[in-house]
Amino acid sequence: MNQRTPVRLPLALWAGVTALLLVAPTLVVIPLSFTERRSFSFPIEGWSLQWYERFFTDPRWYGALGTSIAVAIGAALVATVAGTLAAIALDRARLRYGWLIRALLLLPVVVPQIVAAVAIFGTYLGWGISGTPLGLLLAHIVLAIPFVVIPVSTALQSFDPTLERAAAVLGAGGWGRFWQVQLPLISPGVITGFVFAFVTSLDEVVIAYFLQTPTLRSLPVQMYSSVTVETDPTIAVASSLMLVFSTIVILLPRFFAARRRRLLKAKETP
Amino acid sequence: MSKTNQSPGAPAATLQQTGRSVRLSGLSKHYGDFAAVDGIDMDIRAGELLTLLGASGSGKTTTLSMIAGFTTPTEGTVLIDGEEITRVPPHKRNLGMVFQHYSLFPHMNVRTNVEFPLKQRGVPKAERRRRAMEALEVVELAHRAQARVTELSGGQQQRIALARALVFSPSVLLMDEPFGALDRALREKMQMEVRRIHRELGVTVVFVTHDQQEALTLSDRIAVFERGRIEQVGTPEDLYERPASLHVATFLGESNLLPGTVDGGVFVTRSGSRLSAGSAENGPATLVVRPEHVRVQPATGTGAGIAATVGEVVYLGADKRLVAVTADGEITARIAAAEGYRPGDDVRLGWEPGAAAVFPG
Ligand SMILES: Nc1ncnc2c1ncn2[C@@H]1O[C@H](COP(=O)(O)OP(=O)(O)OP(=O)(O)O)[C@@H](O)[C@H]1O
Ligand SMILES: [Mg+2]
Repeated sequence: MNQRTPVRLPLALWAGVTALLLVAPTLVVIPLSFTERRSFSFPIEGWSLQWYERFFTDPRWYGALGTSIAVAIGAALVATVAGTLAAIALDRARLRYGWLIRALLLLPVVVPQIVAAVAIFGTYLGWGISGTPLGLLLAHIVLAIPFVVIPVSTALQSFDPTLERAAAVLGAGGWGRFWQVQLPLISPGVITGFVFAFVTSLDEVVIAYFLQTPTLRSLPVQMYSSVTVETDPTIAVASSLMLVFSTIVILLPRFFAARRRRLLKAKETP
Repeated sequence: MSKTNQSPGAPAATLQQTGRSVRLSGLSKHYGDFAAVDGIDMDIRAGELLTLLGASGSGKTTTLSMIAGFTTPTEGTVLIDGEEITRVPPHKRNLGMVFQHYSLFPHMNVRTNVEFPLKQRGVPKAERRRRAMEALEVVELAHRAQARVTELSGGQQQRIALARALVFSPSVLLMDEPFGALDRALREKMQMEVRRIHRELGVTVVFVTHDQQEALTLSDRIAVFERGRIEQVGTPEDLYERPASLHVATFLGESNLLPGTVDGGVFVTRSGSRLSAGSAENGPATLVVRPEHVRVQPATGTGAGIAATVGEVVYLGADKRLVAVTADGEITARIAAAEGYRPGDDVRLGWEPGAAAVFPG
C-alpha cells in the first residue's frame, strides 16, 4: 500500500495515536526507573542511576533476572522444537484422533493459570521437583507449546506439498526435504512461535510464584514479592529491563528478515 | 509443424545420455472400492516420447505417480530397464519430473534451484555450478541464473523446472500436464522445446496431457486412458486413422458420428440410408467418419450416399468446412477451397468404404 491516497495522513495519525495510547502507560516505568526519590511520584524532580545500582548489586534482583532469561531461552528453544515437530506431525499424518491431540496441545491456553499452577504444584510435590529450575522450565515449556503450534500450523497450511514431492523426486531423502525445503519455507512461523514462547515464559508469574523458593525466583515473582514489602523504584528498573528484553526478542526476526533481503539483493547484483 | 526461429544450440554434452525403458505390468491402484488405475500393462521404449492421454479422472496422474514412487500400487509392478522398482522410494529412483504448477523452490534463486538435485547427489560445488549453467543454457535461460524464481513468467518458470529435472541426466523424464497453466502461444513454443530437448538428449519421456492436439504434436506414441484402463496404444497416425474404439475415435480429432444398426454387413442409419459396414457384427452400432474423408457431390440422380442440404460453409484459408444437414443429423466435411457450394444447395455425401469405421453401441 504505497499509494498516496488522501486518507493516508489521517490514517497514519490515527494509527500513531492508538499505538501511543496502548504503549504510553507501559513506558511510564522508564522515567520512573531514573528518579532520584524513593517513591513513584510524578513529576520527576531529579535524575539518578541509584535504582539501577541497587538492582545490579542485590543478588535477589539480578539473580531473578538471570533466572528469568535462562528459563525463557530454554523454554522457548524446547517449545519451538517440540511445537514445530508436533505441528508437522498433525499436518501430515492424517491421524484419526488428530483433532483431539491438537486440542490437548492447545489446552494450556484456555486452562486458567491459577488452576494449572495448583495442579503443577501438586504434581511436582509428588515428583520432588517443586522449587527446582527443571520444574519451572518444564512448566514453561508446556505453557509455551501452543504459542508455537499455532503459527507453525498456519505456516504449514500455505506450504505447497508438491514442493516436497518435487524435492523427493529430485533426490532428497526425508532429512534433506525437511532441512532444505520445508523448514526454510515455514521458518517465519517457527520464528514467530519462538518469540511468543519466549515472551510467554518471561511474563509468566502465577506458576512461577507457586514453584518459587528463596533461591529460585523469576523476575516477575521477585517484583511481585517486593511490592508487598517495600515500594521503591527498583521495581521500575525491573520493569524497564523486561520491556527491553521482550522488545529485543520481538524485533529480532524483523532484523534478520531485513538482513536476508539485503544479502539476497547483494547476491543478485555481483 | 515446422521448426521456427529456434537456434539449434548444441546440447550440453554432459546432459546427453541413453534413455531407459519402463515396463508397467498389471499395475492397479484402488481407493476403497474404486479403481483409479485398473490393471495396466504397458511397455515404454527406451528413448521414446510417450503421452498418456485421457479425460479428467481417467487415471493418468495416478499412473505417473506410481512410476515416480509417490503412490504405492495396490497390485502390479514397475520396472525400469528390467529392474523392479515398485517399492523403491522416489528419491532413489533417479527420475526427472516436471509438475503442472512449476514447483520451483521459492526460497532459492534460479541457479540454486537447478543445482538442487546435484547437491542431493553430493556433486562438488564448482561442478554443480557448471552443470547447472549448462542445463540453463539448454532451456535458454542462463542469463537469468541469479534471478529469484518469483520474478519469472510462467513459461520461464516451467523452463527452469525442465532444466532442474534434466540437470542430473535422469534416464526417464516424467511430465504431468506441464503446460496446462500456459496460454496457447506459449504452450506451442514449449511443446517445440520439449521435442527439441527430447531429440537432442535422448531421454525417455512420459508426458501426461488431456489435450489431444498436444498429444498429436509431441508424441512418438500415445496411450489413451479411459476409466483407469488403457484403450489403445499407438503412434498418432495409428490412433487417428485406425481407432480401436468409439471413444478413441471421438477423443482424437474431429469425427462425424452416425447412430444406426448393422444388419448383414450393411449399416442402416436411423432414417434408412444404407451404407457399407465392413465386417462389423449385427446389432446397434455407430459409424464414425472424419470430415476430411467425406466427399461432397451435387445431388444429381439417385447415386449411393446420403442426401443432404448445405447448412453453412466456412472459409478456412487452405480449405473450407462444410456443414451438411441430413435426415440423420449434421455431417461436417472438409472440402477444397475452390468448391463453390452455398447454403441451401442440395448435395449427396459419400466416402470410401475403408474411410469409415463402425463400432458397436
Ligand atoms: N488419494 C485419492 N483418494 C481417492 N481417490 C483418488 C485419489 N487420487 C486420485 N483419486 C481418484 O482417482 C481417479 C483418477 O485420478 P487421476 O488424478 O489419476 O486422474 P487424471 O487422469 O490425472 O485426471 P486429470 O486430467 O483431472 O488430472 C479420479 O477419479 C480421482 O478422484
Ligand atoms: Mg492429473
